[in-house]
Amino acid sequence: MHGRPRKPPTQEEQDASALKADKLRHLQSQNLHFHHNKIFTKEGLEISAKLLEVNPEHYTGWNYRKLAVQHFTDKKSENAAESESIQSILDEELRVVETALRANLKSYGAWHHRKWVLSKGHSSVDRELRLLGKFQKLDARNFHAWNYRRFVTALKKIPDEEELQYTTNMISDNFSNYSAWHNRSLLLSNLLEKGVKEYSEKGSVLREEYEFVVQALFTDPDDQSGWFYHLWLLEQTAILEPFLLSSWPSHSSKLYISANDYSSDQRSSPISHCFSKTREFPFILCFSEPMVGVSSSTVSIECDYLTCSELTWTPLSANGSGFAQAWLTYLKFTDATHTLEACPVKVAVAHFQGIINMSGTSCSQSSHLFFTVHIPSHDQNQAEEQTTDRISWKEENFCMYAAESHDADLLHSLCKLEMIRQKSKDVGWSMKVIADEIDRCRELLSLTECKIGKLTLARLLMANYSLVSVSCSHDRNDVHYEEILSLYDDLMKIDPSHICYYEDERSLVLLKQMTSSSGSFLKNIHHYRESTSSSLNLYSCLRLNSLSLSRIGSIEQLLWVQMLDLSHNKIRSTEGLEALQLLSCLNLSHNKICSFTALETLRLLKSLKVLGISYNEIGAHSIDTRRYLFSSPLNHALGSDWSGDIESLDHWDAFFIFKGLDLIQLDIMGNAAVNDRLKASLVKLMPALKWLDGESCN
Amino acid sequence: MGELNIENHARYILSVEKKKDSFESVVMEHLRLNGAYWGLTTLDIMGKLDAVDQDEVVSWVMQCQDESGGFGGNIGHDPHILYTLSAIQVLALFDKIDVLETEKVSNYIAGLQNEDGSFSGDMWGEVDTRFSYISLCSLALLHRLDKINVEAAVKYIVSCKNLDGGFGCTPGAESHAGQIFCCVGALAITGALHHIDKDLLGWWLCERQVITGGLNGRPEKLPDVCYSWWVLSSLIMIDRVHWIDKKKLVQFILDCQDKENGGISDRPDDAVDVFHTYFGVAGLSLLEYPGLKPIDPAYALPVDVVNRIFLRR
Repeated sequence: MHGRPRKPPTQEEQDASALKADKLRHLQSQNLHFHHNKIFTKEGLEISAKLLEVNPEHYTGWNYRKLAVQHFTDKKSENAAESESIQSILDEELRVVETALRANLKSYGAWHHRKWVLSKGHSSVDRELRLLGKFQKLDARNFHAWNYRRFVTALKKIPDEEELQYTTNMISDNFSNYSAWHNRSLLLSNLLEKGVKEYSEKGSVLREEYEFVVQALFTDPDDQSGWFYHLWLLEQTAILEPFLLSSWPSHSSKLYISANDYSSDQRSSPISHCFSKTREFPFILCFSEPMVGVSSSTVSIECDYLTCSELTWTPLSANGSGFAQAWLTYLKFTDATHTLEACPVKVAVAHFQGIINMSGTSCSQSSHLFFTVHIPSHDQNQAEEQTTDRISWKEENFCMYAAESHDADLLHSLCKLEMIRQKSKDVGWSMKVIADEIDRCRELLSLTECKIGKLTLARLLMANYSLVSVSCSHDRNDVHYEEILSLYDDLMKIDPSHICYYEDERSLVLLKQMTSSSGSFLKNIHHYRESTSSSLNLYSCLRLNSLSLSRIGSIEQLLWVQMLDLSHNKIRSTEGLEALQLLSCLNLSHNKICSFTALETLRLLKSLKVLGISYNEIGAHSIDTRRYLFSSPLNHALGSDWSGDIESLDHWDAFFIFKGLDLIQLDIMGNAAVNDRLKASLVKLMPALKWLDGESCN
Repeated sequence: MGELNIENHARYILSVEKKKDSFESVVMEHLRLNGAYWGLTTLDIMGKLDAVDQDEVVSWVMQCQDESGGFGGNIGHDPHILYTLSAIQVLALFDKIDVLETEKVSNYIAGLQNEDGSFSGDMWGEVDTRFSYISLCSLALLHRLDKINVEAAVKYIVSCKNLDGGFGCTPGAESHAGQIFCCVGALAITGALHHIDKDLLGWWLCERQVITGGLNGRPEKLPDVCYSWWVLSSLIMIDRVHWIDKKKLVQFILDCQDKENGGISDRPDDAVDVFHTYFGVAGLSLLEYPGLKPIDPAYALPVDVVNRIFLRR
């Protein structure tokens, strides 16, 4: 089916083909005859051997042979003197397999038949490895052969070190052997895990591997095989145990609570949280990767005025896995509490083992943080009217944040959003190795323009910064994001086919840069005030619009955000925003949201009241790339939740998103999916909706 | 260059069905049921399914069923899970899944699950993640996932995840786009995509696009139209398809057409076959090529067929 040239057959070729077809058809029907009638004779075996030589993919032929072998060996199993015959029967099977493989080295049926014969305890290691050696010389990338090799070495318990040497030989013969590099990474992982003899020193093992792969990279920088191996080495070098990144309220911050709001800076969003009714506020923990096991056994909270025992923690994740980077609980004030002045809340995270990542590694370092809560006495009984003004994201409603005295608290809390420092981890050797690789990469790039080399340099620099921020040994403002951003700009030019990949990576770096210091943050925090409103209230909005952002990241720095403008970017989904539990106003207009399913994580934002998704591409695409990342009957993530009262199957996903939201304002125009019928069903789904596309709902 | 010649391809597929005497046809006799799935799904995507005699097809499919409940690749051939899925998929196209004795077929499939959660292809015990995908897809289409241990099945698939983010046939096997499709598809169907590092795998997959715009199946290999399906559907399921140049890929697929006789080949100017015709057209459907019905990346059936099976009760 592969690699045959396209040309119309000559009459001669057609005749020859018809003859071959006749012969093969005859063999196949004969074989089926013997098989169906269970006729196990020498003749039957000869016919099947001829058949499988011509067409090793005719799987029923292999089945016949297995039945025949069973038939002959069962008859003879009692008689020890016949063991030679059994040997010769199995030998014949191995011969047939070898012949078939020469016709088609990729025949699943042939390889499996050999494994089946071997499982009968026949054939020597040497013989199998010699056969493999021959075949692997013919095709060093044949994955059947590599799989079979792993099967034999496991069966015959050949030590990993020997196989490692085999990969060294293969690679030295030809660097461009991804299959050999793959096997190498597998063997080394095993050896490092066992940690015996020279493999107990991970650092020195990795250094040797870097030396080895660098030869390949300098010899042929455009061959991908070595670069993928290099990436694996980098991951092994830079790998960190999971740890706590940030929280909200953040460490050593002050939380002000009024009748309608809670915030770090005494003003935040035009939409208030109804604190006075529930008397509780959210507490969010954000880890470095998705974790499970956050509970009152692994997180302890102490405060005289809060009910802190047996708290329920929820993973903030739209998939049903139970793992999440961000976890949420609510802290409730005791009934007697009315006024509080600087009341300390102490939190201990992972003081007991139990918070675990997807690979089973636990968060072993415990973190201690505290914040203080303030409830001014005069606000207690005033229940402010919730604003019914429509939020307009027009430029004229925003102005730069002027540094004033009562902003000190916001600045203070922004600074403290940085990571909760822990004991310095032993990353010395990793940082040294990465620094060396950075130098080597730069050297290579000075000799040749190599796309994957540039990408690797960008990754090395990012890995370096991650380690720096964990080691606490450097001033974090030393980080030079500009170089990484310009590497991605270069890559977009020299490798335009993958431009969107580089855009995504660049977005993440840009967000890291923007959230890395209070100075860079403040540039993007604007005051919002409705220009026609007479109210003197100013609200803070984080404005990240028009930055060519295609992805959301650094969410651990954004947990405090209540009003967020992400308009005029290239964002494709709301993945990441689920951690922003305080978010009440969100603008995603003029982005690249291509389906309702892309908005799934918004269902977790219980505070969201104002949403703008106008001028996106919802309904403009026949293929939904978020379909399987969205919980529905298609992926069995929805059981009885699925209700039959969806009006039509058009936009059944819209139904699921919006029935979980309680919006006051929605802007949705400019999407192909929007029509009067859809708007009518949305109004029905959200009874609290006051504004839809600028018009008042009744 | 140019456009997708739907008429030509439809004619080609129908002609293959008739031509049973060539050597190419005889040598693939054992997988004719797969061929039926490839040909018929392509016709459906192109809006030409009514060109075939539905009853004739359904009756032939049912004759491929063995007393074990499984289907062989053709009449009289031994049952295997590979052909069982194709049978179910072909029946799904015609909305005729109800001609099956669901219990019987599900029992055949469920009986192939092993202790470690993996699946054998048939009674002879070959294990491969292809069979995991096939079993999960089949049972999902029959609404009988309850017959197997889904958690164990997922666990086995995850154990085949490699250090480069991809998946192989068995634990430790090299990442290959075909196997990746099977594992990603299986995890998609079972709502378990969170086990995948989408950025790592997405990058490995997007690097399959070579300078000519075609996709290969693993590093340093030649591009082939069939990877337009396996790589592309995997990228779509993990929402990373924007990481490749879609226009260039469309061009590559169109260049693989035989403009005179219809059909699509693995590479430009190679001989065509039904297998590559299906993957080329399915790939174009995933790339939103105009005039084609959208195809579902996980179940590999037209979206309207999948929606009919899962969203209506």
